[in-house]
Amino acid sequence: MTGFSYLYDLLITPFTDFAFMRRALVGSIALSIGACPIGVFLMLRRMSLVGDAMAHAILPGAALGYLFAGLSLGFMTAGGLIAGFVVALLAGLVTRVTILKEDAALASFYLISLAGGVVLVSLRGSNVDLLHVLFGSVLALDDITLLLLAASTTVSLLALALLFRPLVLECVDPLFLRTVSQSGSVAHFGFLALVVLNLVAGFHALGTLLSVGLMMVPAFAARFWSSTLDCTILTATLIGMISSGVGIVISYHAGTPTGPTIILSAGGLYIFSILFGRRNGLFLRLLPRKHLAA
Amino acid sequence: MIEETPLSSCPWSDAPQPPPPRSRRSIASGKCKNCCIADADVGDGPAYRRVGDHRLDMAGRSGGAPMTNPRTGSIQLNDVTLGYDRHPAVHHISGCFKAGSLTAVIGPNGAGKSTLLKAIAGMLRPLSGTIARASETSRLAYLPQLAELDRDFPISVEDLVGTGFWSKMGPFRRYRREDRLLIDEALEKVGLAGFNKRMLGTLSGGQLQRVLFARLMVQDAEMILIDEPFAAIDTKTVSDLMGLVRHWHGEGRTIIAVLHDMGLVAEFFPDSLLLARECVAWGATSHVLTPDHLAKARSMIEANDPHADECERAA
Repeated sequence: MTGFSYLYDLLITPFTDFAFMRRALVGSIALSIGACPIGVFLMLRRMSLVGDAMAHAILPGAALGYLFAGLSLGFMTAGGLIAGFVVALLAGLVTRVTILKEDAALASFYLISLAGGVVLVSLRGSNVDLLHVLFGSVLALDDITLLLLAASTTVSLLALALLFRPLVLECVDPLFLRTVSQSGSVAHFGFLALVVLNLVAGFHALGTLLSVGLMMVPAFAARFWSSTLDCTILTATLIGMISSGVGIVISYHAGTPTGPTIILSAGGLYIFSILFGRRNGLFLRLLPRKHLAA
Repeated sequence: MIEETPLSSCPWSDAPQPPPPRSRRSIASGKCKNCCIADADVGDGPAYRRVGDHRLDMAGRSGGAPMTNPRTGSIQLNDVTLGYDRHPAVHHISGCFKAGSLTAVIGPNGAGKSTLLKAIAGMLRPLSGTIARASETSRLAYLPQLAELDRDFPISVEDLVGTGFWSKMGPFRRYRREDRLLIDEALEKVGLAGFNKRMLGTLSGGQLQRVLFARLMVQDAEMILIDEPFAAIDTKTVSDLMGLVRHWHGEGRTIIAVLHDMGLVAEFFPDSLLLARECVAWGATSHVLTPDHLAKARSMIEANDPHADECERAA
């Protein structure tokens, strides 16, 4: 009985006692549901680092929004979305009309965006506290921010459902898709827009850089547990939600910053998956199991 | 420079060739003057069964009526030049793939075979000239060389074959029971019955090619373009898949295949197009595969001339 009440104190009491803890949990779970499926597709398309690039591209937009209107949710969100969409569109455009490949085009534009953002900020002579944008403030989510997170997740899931078939084909066999339909570009740009949307929503809670972590790390971990696409997406989302909960609880008890602790929890689950994963986990390889007959 | 032979124009008409239609308008009329006249007597009967109806015997062309509208499957090339950076890879080729024909495209590496298929599939805009299908609504299936597929993607054989339904289902429509049955049937025909749930990454090269042929079957297209389908494939698989190709031929589909195996071409392909940037010969396979033509094809100079002048040849 004491064991149970100890567990209750450890896991449940923080949430029953403090509203900001409940908000943090709800917000980060909403983020996981939206971002983790996107992360799975990024991973499968070998675009794992695109999330990082996009996060950098968004940063100056959010900073500019901050410069104009202070810590305004609307301006920072709009700034981030615009910067992200512009970079994604320009990169896509350059990829399609010139010889540059997607990664090169994307890298060039996010670097330009980042540098431009820093210059603009310094021209204003203001010492912007970018820490909020960089690392978020998951323990200070107000109602509007929570609504924004939920809305972004809803839009993201619906759009992903609409794009699902062309997106899968664009990943597996883009040339085939081009022979039967024009929807490849729609799927590609729609998908990039979803990446931007989720990162922008994520930076209010976790900051631009760490929100990439919640998007990608659960996807990598899920790869060690499932072989089919739908199963990978579900597993990734589940791992994202568990990381959120575990990270928030640990940060509460250990007094660590919450955002990074969430990503560290995901990292822990990732390493656990590498070691003990059902598919190609390292531990499984060490087990002396005989091969099958056929 | 290889001179154009008379054979490079439409191989099916014995009469002296009228100049190929040049304007888009003459193409839109859906008539390929050079060679499709003979279709008139086949085209109108009640011979239109849906091509997707796979319940037919393997008897080949003579066994039963053609299943497609013969006039929708022809592909007309009007003085087509294809290339990259203005350098021609396929130079001034005119002619017609007749509806229901089975043509092998042969030639040395770098001869422009894949480029030609890519252009017919609409993935490459001609530098000059036009490529016209008799009907814009007729369906075309294109199987490029193997390397383009991401084999690590977690998708099942069944789902990949199902993507062949795209032109019917688009991005949203759901698969029904009869669609599932068609997928099963296609897998059975390529010798992969029971492979439905296998993941793409677990297939061997030959099995993957069988899966892609199953998808071609599901695509149910009037025109089928296959680019080197038998590269690095064992003889059993080649003969199985070749059986399918002949079966499609029997259904009246227009088939163009890039091949390197001359034995296969001579045995199974009624028509051939020998390319070496220029069209060396195009017509009945027995007339194309002559030592003369092959020597001519071999003498092709592969490298582009970086200082080449603009082509003056009259279109």
